[in-house]
Amino acid sequence: MLLIRCPYCCEERSEMEFSCAGEGGIRRPEDPSDLSDAEWADYLHFRTNPKGLHREIWCHTAGCRRYFDVVRDTVTYAIHSTAPIGATTQVDEADG
Amino acid sequence: MADSTRRLPEGGAFVRSRPLAFTFDGKALTGYEGDTLASALLANGIDVVGSSFKYGRPRGIVGYGAEEPNAIVHVGEGSARTPNLRATTVELEDGMVATSAARGPGAVTGALARTFGRLLPAGFYYKTFMRPQGLWGFWEERLRTAAGLGDVPEGPDPDTYERRHGHADVLVVGAGPAGLAAALAASRAGARVMLADENAIIGGMLRFSPVASGGESAGEWSRRAAAELADNPDVTLLPHATAFGLYDHNFVGILERSAHGNGALGKAPRQRLHQVRARQVVLACGAIERPIVFAGNDLPGVMLASAVSAYAIRHAVAPGERLVLFTSNDSAYETALTWHHIGREVTVVDARPVADGARPGDARAAGIDIRAGHVVQEAHGRRRVQGVEIAPVGGGRPERLDCDLVASSGGWNPLVHLSAQTGVRPVWSEAALAFLPGSPRSGVHHAGAINGHASTLACLREGFRVGSEAARLAGFESAQAAPDLPTTDEQPSAPGEALFVVPHPRPGRDSRQFVDLQLDVTVADIELAAREGYRSVEHAKRYTALGFGTDQGKLGNVNGVAILAGALGQGIEETGTTMFRPPYTPVTFGAVAGRDVGELFDPVRRTPMHEWHEAHGAVWEDVGRWKRPRYYARGAGESMDEAVRRECLAARGGVAMLDASTLGKIDVQGADAARFLDRVYSNGFRRLGVGRCRYGLMLREDGTILDDGVTVRVAENRYLVHTTTGNAEAVLSWLELWRQTEWPELNVHLTSVTDHWATAAVVGPKSRTVLRRVCTDIDLSPDAFRFMDYRAGHVAGVPARVYRISFSGELSFEVNVAAQHGARVWKALMEAGEDFDITPYGTETMHVLRAEMGFIIVGQDTDGSMTPDDMGLAGLVRQGKPWGFLGDRSLSLPEHQRPDRPQLVGLAPLNASTVLPEGAQLVTEPRPKPPAEMHGHVTSSYLSAALGHSFALAMVKGGRERMGETLYSPQADGSVIPAKVVPSVFFKPMADANGGDVADEGEAAAEPLALEPLAATTAPAMLNLCGDGKAEFRQAASRALHLALPEDPCTTARNASIAIHWLAPDEWLIVAQPGEEAEIERRLRTATTAPSAAITDVTGAHILLHLAGPQAREALATATPYDLHPRNFPPGRCIQTTLAKTQALIATPAEDTFEIIVRRSYAHYAEAWLRGA
Ligand SMILES: [Zn+2]
Repeated sequence: MLLIRCPYCCEERSEMEFSCAGEGGIRRPEDPSDLSDAEWADYLHFRTNPKGLHREIWCHTAGCRRYFDVVRDTVTYAIHSTAPIGATTQVDEADG
Repeated sequence: MADSTRRLPEGGAFVRSRPLAFTFDGKALTGYEGDTLASALLANGIDVVGSSFKYGRPRGIVGYGAEEPNAIVHVGEGSARTPNLRATTVELEDGMVATSAARGPGAVTGALARTFGRLLPAGFYYKTFMRPQGLWGFWEERLRTAAGLGDVPEGPDPDTYERRHGHADVLVVGAGPAGLAAALAASRAGARVMLADENAIIGGMLRFSPVASGGESAGEWSRRAAAELADNPDVTLLPHATAFGLYDHNFVGILERSAHGNGALGKAPRQRLHQVRARQVVLACGAIERPIVFAGNDLPGVMLASAVSAYAIRHAVAPGERLVLFTSNDSAYETALTWHHIGREVTVVDARPVADGARPGDARAAGIDIRAGHVVQEAHGRRRVQGVEIAPVGGGRPERLDCDLVASSGGWNPLVHLSAQTGVRPVWSEAALAFLPGSPRSGVHHAGAINGHASTLACLREGFRVGSEAARLAGFESAQAAPDLPTTDEQPSAPGEALFVVPHPRPGRDSRQFVDLQLDVTVADIELAAREGYRSVEHAKRYTALGFGTDQGKLGNVNGVAILAGALGQGIEETGTTMFRPPYTPVTFGAVAGRDVGELFDPVRRTPMHEWHEAHGAVWEDVGRWKRPRYYARGAGESMDEAVRRECLAARGGVAMLDASTLGKIDVQGADAARFLDRVYSNGFRRLGVGRCRYGLMLREDGTILDDGVTVRVAENRYLVHTTTGNAEAVLSWLELWRQTEWPELNVHLTSVTDHWATAAVVGPKSRTVLRRVCTDIDLSPDAFRFMDYRAGHVAGVPARVYRISFSGELSFEVNVAAQHGARVWKALMEAGEDFDITPYGTETMHVLRAEMGFIIVGQDTDGSMTPDDMGLAGLVRQGKPWGFLGDRSLSLPEHQRPDRPQLVGLAPLNASTVLPEGAQLVTEPRPKPPAEMHGHVTSSYLSAALGHSFALAMVKGGRERMGETLYSPQADGSVIPAKVVPSVFFKPMADANGGDVADEGEAAAEPLALEPLAATTAPAMLNLCGDGKAEFRQAASRALHLALPEDPCTTARNASIAIHWLAPDEWLIVAQPGEEAEIERRLRTATTAPSAAITDVTGAHILLHLAGPQAREALATATPYDLHPRNFPPGRCIQTTLAKTQALIATPAEDTFEIIVRRSYAHYAEAWLRGA
């Protein structure tokens, strides 16, 4: 059971209050009609699934209902950082 | 052997004046308060407590604690019986009924029994699993019987259990010397401390440490330390409590057994599962003694050295007369001295070449016989050890010593289980001759014997130091003086020697050198595994089943590793150890379930009209967590088919009414509300007129249908979105995800109002006439109130929104009022319709009516792979909107263009009375040869009263091009149902809801109903306020409310008449005096003219509960994971969190006073939960 800091409620809360909405940092293409079917399928279905630091979106479902960025280590489950949406730049930069 | 010789006349820490009667395997026995079941059995001379798993050998008690492999018992009778407990950890109580669980292969009869052991060599499980055909099933049944695992109690468990959320700055596991000192140090630094120990007494064996010369003894110190901790309100002492799992981020599972023991039915729960979140965890778990393996080491009367002294000291039980103590280290000499002090004979067999340290010196001085340089190579006896054969190390003449008790000590195994659960691999230490915990994860600390320390004083010192450090890391700087630790006369220990197994004097196949006593794994088994190529310790473990029993190999694992290392000719370090997973000891399902049983198993959501339905014969259907009437049985004899037929005919021919309150409802407000809806719906909402309704489809990005429903344009910048009942929360999350992550620039806010609105759908040709009797301020005439119109007014004297929409094809009005008025309005409508035989109807009739019209239900007729075109709804796809819409791009993918995609069609069974089963597969021949191509499946199927025949909706490949074709549905019973493909719209109402209209009988036909006066409301006014959070908005809102919005997250601003709770950076909940909601909404709307604000009346959506007093926090701790301790949750704070299986806002106006706001539909559940807590 993880302990996750909500960047809006500004405190750590039990994982029970949250839900994970998958990989973060994936912007919807500006104009999908410009994309080939393969490019669109890549946006729709393909995820990085890394071993190590992983950028994710979580929602404080039972709390403030706000979505936010999380960088989480998929090996140790350590939460590296949490931040309002868009505040996280890149996973590798967040390292350290 | 009689009680008098086993139970010593004096000593022990139990209550001699309180004898307790109990039975074991049907035999009446007596023990005392303070006994464990094991100590009482030993005191009664019960040598044999079970027979072994494979070989049926008699087995006796070996250990003192959780490590016990043999004394596995069932405690209690009937449904209250708990299987598979260790007698060593069961506290005795009066009237206890215990039976042996370990019944061995005696349960297997005939020739099989004689050869059973031989049939179970190492690798048995592995080889049996690998067999292709069902042989495992044969073995499983017999193995379960033999292992004593097959005895599950029948009937519901009469005991109660509880789960509780705990919070600690420092959690200390283990209340021995190191743990006690750590807890003391941390508590003195000011930290909130929790100290858990699986034994009954805090301080453990330290309490019984011998008196030191001068100064305070360790025993005296431990009593004083325990008292100091008990007096500190910020310290929670948990004796009888096993920390069984150390999970991520210092989440710890602790199972507390009631002080009243097992099977005692009191008001207190029998077991309590603490789910503790600790900032820092100190693992002071200690160590358990490691036995030495020798031939015949499984005979009753062969025990651990430390267990022998513990029984003697704690319970004044001497489990024998003459003791042979076999050791390779100094610690066992304490046992020798203890035995000597109680006046019984002991010989020490010390494997070390010389035993001349201080401790052996003390023993020798006391006149104890010490045989250094010798080993016990075999124990003799039949049902009890009668003697041992000892021999010099390295060979020489064996010698026989008569004895009835053998105690061995090969050193100490630190209890690394919890540490290893965090993924930290234990490391072999040659110095300590043990696997020590690896370097701990951040936030976890090790102290005491777990680090391999043998000296009590070293453990105390380290405990104190680690406890201070843990407190410091938790934010509590320690300003205390030097620790006031006791003095001890402890002698220094000489190094021990590595000795795990004594070579068999007569090597052969049937070695009887037992490594894992519970699963009868021998040295020969492990050597066989090594010979067969199982070189990895993980593989060898699985091959031999070493450590697979309910004791998880606590005694045998390290010896097993050492033996495997020897067989492979490599070091122990190189061989390594297996890892440990939770739980450390078994946890009952009852404790895991806690109070989530029976009525509280899953929350039941109730609509405001629930009681009325209940009183009028509703038969319920579960829809999500809601209870909805499925139909109303009129009288006892009416069947569902009869009731549904009656309800359908009323809706089609007269008037009927449905409780539609469960539909999801989302209030969408803001200058960009229209733009937002245009993006999330496949069809358009920008041009929808104010006061109009439109049906819409939401698609996922892959083009499939996510949800559908009617959206109402309430005002220029305000819409009300309806979702399906089961999908309400998922749709809101989906919309919020897009709003917050992709489109933060859109000025739009979403507020769930599902619970706020109670909805009655008045359906049928006479619905207008009925509604007119209770609604006088809306012109209901067909020209003024058209199909898909929305009007605001009053129904039964309360403000109402009325939508002229229809899910049945009939003339229909959906009346929405705030939930606190729901029951009143429902009853008024029933009364108004009495003369017209208004008929309440349920979900089953709703389904028939909508299916007759070909209206789909998302999730029933669709399965997550259907596009709008598949459902014949291509007309709801509006390409070319400015931004497009979610899912737009995917609709042109080749997969979605295939002509053989499943399409929605109707099916008319050739036999008009046969109802196709929903889910039935469709093929093109009555009896196709397998593998037959599937052409589709039935999604909805009913008997129609209006049509006079059965009908169905189905998804059929290319179905729209196959009208008139006959398809076949072969059934499991061998019958075949043929049905013709027809259009999906079956029924055309006489009074068409959207085309023509029923004749308006005019006002004359409807006498206004005399209404009860409206009682003064008691529901606190509640409003949800959203805004951009900028200064201008905040100031405007604050002016309107005469109170500033709270700035800090999770806080409440409050004055005598109003409370404003922070919900999110741009969202607040206003709670005011009953009846003020309209006035406050008006003031807010006037003040915040900017369209950036969203103001939503949610008075009906919530209920407010008050909870106060010292027990309130305790009650809430069973329900919420949030730490409500005043340090963390001082007055003025408010949080949203989970409350049991629902959610709540919890505010605290004063210390230990709580306001709990829960959604109205969950009120019954939340109140029931808190009442019982
Ligand atoms: Zn939050």
